[in-house]
Amino acid sequence: MELVCPAGNLPSLKAAVDNGADAVYVGFKDDTNARHFAGLNFTGRTFEKAVRYAQDKGRKVFVAINTYPQPKGFERWQAAVDQAAEYGVNALILADMGILDYAAERWPELRLHLSVQASVTSAEGIQFYHENFGIRRVVLPRVLSVNQVAHAITQSPVPVEVFGFGSLCVMVEGRCLLSSYATGRSPNTYGACSPASHVRWEETGDGTNTRLNGVLIDHYGEGEKAGYPTLCKGRFQVGDNTFYALEEPTSLNTLSILPKLWEIGVSAIKVEGRQRSPAYVGQVTAVMRAAIDDCMQDPQAYRPKEQWMKKLATVSEGSQTTLGAYHRPWQ
Amino acid sequence: MTMKLSLGPIQYFWERQRVLDFYQQAADSAADIIYLGEVICSKRRLVKLDDWLAIGKELRQSGKEVVLSSLTLLEAASEMSSLKKICANNEFMVEANDISAVHLLSSAGKDFVTGPSFNIYNARSLQLLAAKGLKRWVLPVELGLDTLKDLQELRPQGVETEVFAFGRLPLAYSARCYTARSHNLPKDDCQFKCIDYPDGRLLETQEQQEFLVLNGIQTQSALTHEVLQQVPELITLGVDILRISPQFNDTIQVLEIFNNSLLNNELNDLYDNLLEIIPLGACNGYLVEQAGMDHGPRQTA
Repeated sequence: MELVCPAGNLPSLKAAVDNGADAVYVGFKDDTNARHFAGLNFTGRTFEKAVRYAQDKGRKVFVAINTYPQPKGFERWQAAVDQAAEYGVNALILADMGILDYAAERWPELRLHLSVQASVTSAEGIQFYHENFGIRRVVLPRVLSVNQVAHAITQSPVPVEVFGFGSLCVMVEGRCLLSSYATGRSPNTYGACSPASHVRWEETGDGTNTRLNGVLIDHYGEGEKAGYPTLCKGRFQVGDNTFYALEEPTSLNTLSILPKLWEIGVSAIKVEGRQRSPAYVGQVTAVMRAAIDDCMQDPQAYRPKEQWMKKLATVSEGSQTTLGAYHRPWQ
Repeated sequence: MTMKLSLGPIQYFWERQRVLDFYQQAADSAADIIYLGEVICSKRRLVKLDDWLAIGKELRQSGKEVVLSSLTLLEAASEMSSLKKICANNEFMVEANDISAVHLLSSAGKDFVTGPSFNIYNARSLQLLAAKGLKRWVLPVELGLDTLKDLQELRPQGVETEVFAFGRLPLAYSARCYTARSHNLPKDDCQFKCIDYPDGRLLETQEQQEFLVLNGIQTQSALTHEVLQQVPELITLGVDILRISPQFNDTIQVLEIFNNSLLNNELNDLYDNLLEIIPLGACNGYLVEQAGMDHGPRQTA
């Protein structure tokens, strides 16, 4: 199982490589990727350094170009594909059919991975992308259970990558418009969910309000730690109850089911978080590396170590983790 | 070419009799095209494929074009077998709401439609799918008039464009059932709570802003998206079809209002009539290039 780690800048990429990532995925500094945040991502010189740093140490670099271009600006996505290809990256992670078509035609030798943003949940769907664009790997959305992932793997013409750790999307990625409904900007169109440009923190007499384009996402009482107002992770009112109606602010953590993921034939484990700090990337990469190595050595004897879980808990959203859709009770 | 009206698939879980009555009324409505089928949750089985086919045949006899709509988020193997049956039908064209359906239909050499939650954002995607049998596409709901205009100019021959013109917006799909969750029930034992919310279950912010609607595994806007005042512009852009997404009450009247808008009746009067039969309030932000929940005139870039 390959360990694929995120990097939003050069220090993060070094942290990922130095702590044992097999591959690092990055994006360019614009809306061609789904982590289009201020101060994040790569341009020319640093990109070249990043690719060289990883590849000199025998690691791979994947470039995410996984948003959906509209006719105006389509050339920007094509340019991103060309730039990545010219720098000799190991694979592109693409979502849009038009861009897949372009990349497959212009760079037939280059490896293409299907991004989670393409929201493909079945082998039937994977086949479409395999037949038409020759994709060589697919990243599955975080809505499938382990059994459903297993089923997809048995019929998939290409290896499967799944998310192993990090922020959890509860909606099927690539088809969630909650963010643009509130702000006009979505992961598909802009490369960001609940964009910082629309966030407001507001001190009230009895705590803090967090707003997204004016919409109250959550209210935190005195002493309660206020979290970032990601739209699906706020407390809302349904009927008589005020609660996390969609999802609690938790992170995905698959350490406890690594042997299962290996057994069903998962080829790569992805860590979410290009927007996180180099320290975060380093820490999570080190734990995942140790866990995967342990698991591969003896899957039967494998148990997640307490120190790993502790380390991951300290960096998790709301300090809580979940297996998400991988296990039934979550649904 | 005159613009046509379509009646989208019912997004909600309604009693069987209600569904049958609804389509009986629809047979005499202003809709030219009617989409049938369950697009949200495979556990909703009060109306089965054979029923849909029977309803479809009756509607066709009333002069309607009928299309079968497929499930939007496929997870279980059983859902794939149902999808295969829908795609194998020889009576009606299929609206593919995910890529699995596109693959099944194009591999079988069948023409197809793509629904509002299928991602087509640019001309290259549109052209590629046209070569695979795409005959009609629904503009993804988060896209606006500027992009629509560009895509209309680049659209391949023989492909019709449909715009989601009225209804609560389909915004997201999940493995989790939010209606069950709001009753503290697991999805496996949801007790079919959706039946109690024939227009979805309202989600408000902590300051009582009517924000979203929970419809099983789907999340919708609480506000009803409507593009009535943009109809003249949509006609100018050569849009072929306006889609009316069913709500529990007054859908036939909504079709009538849009039909009147196509007959060049006074939009302001029609607009007042429309607002009266919308459950909570209107939005049109996506079409006019703003946040989806906004409502206003077109913003020019």
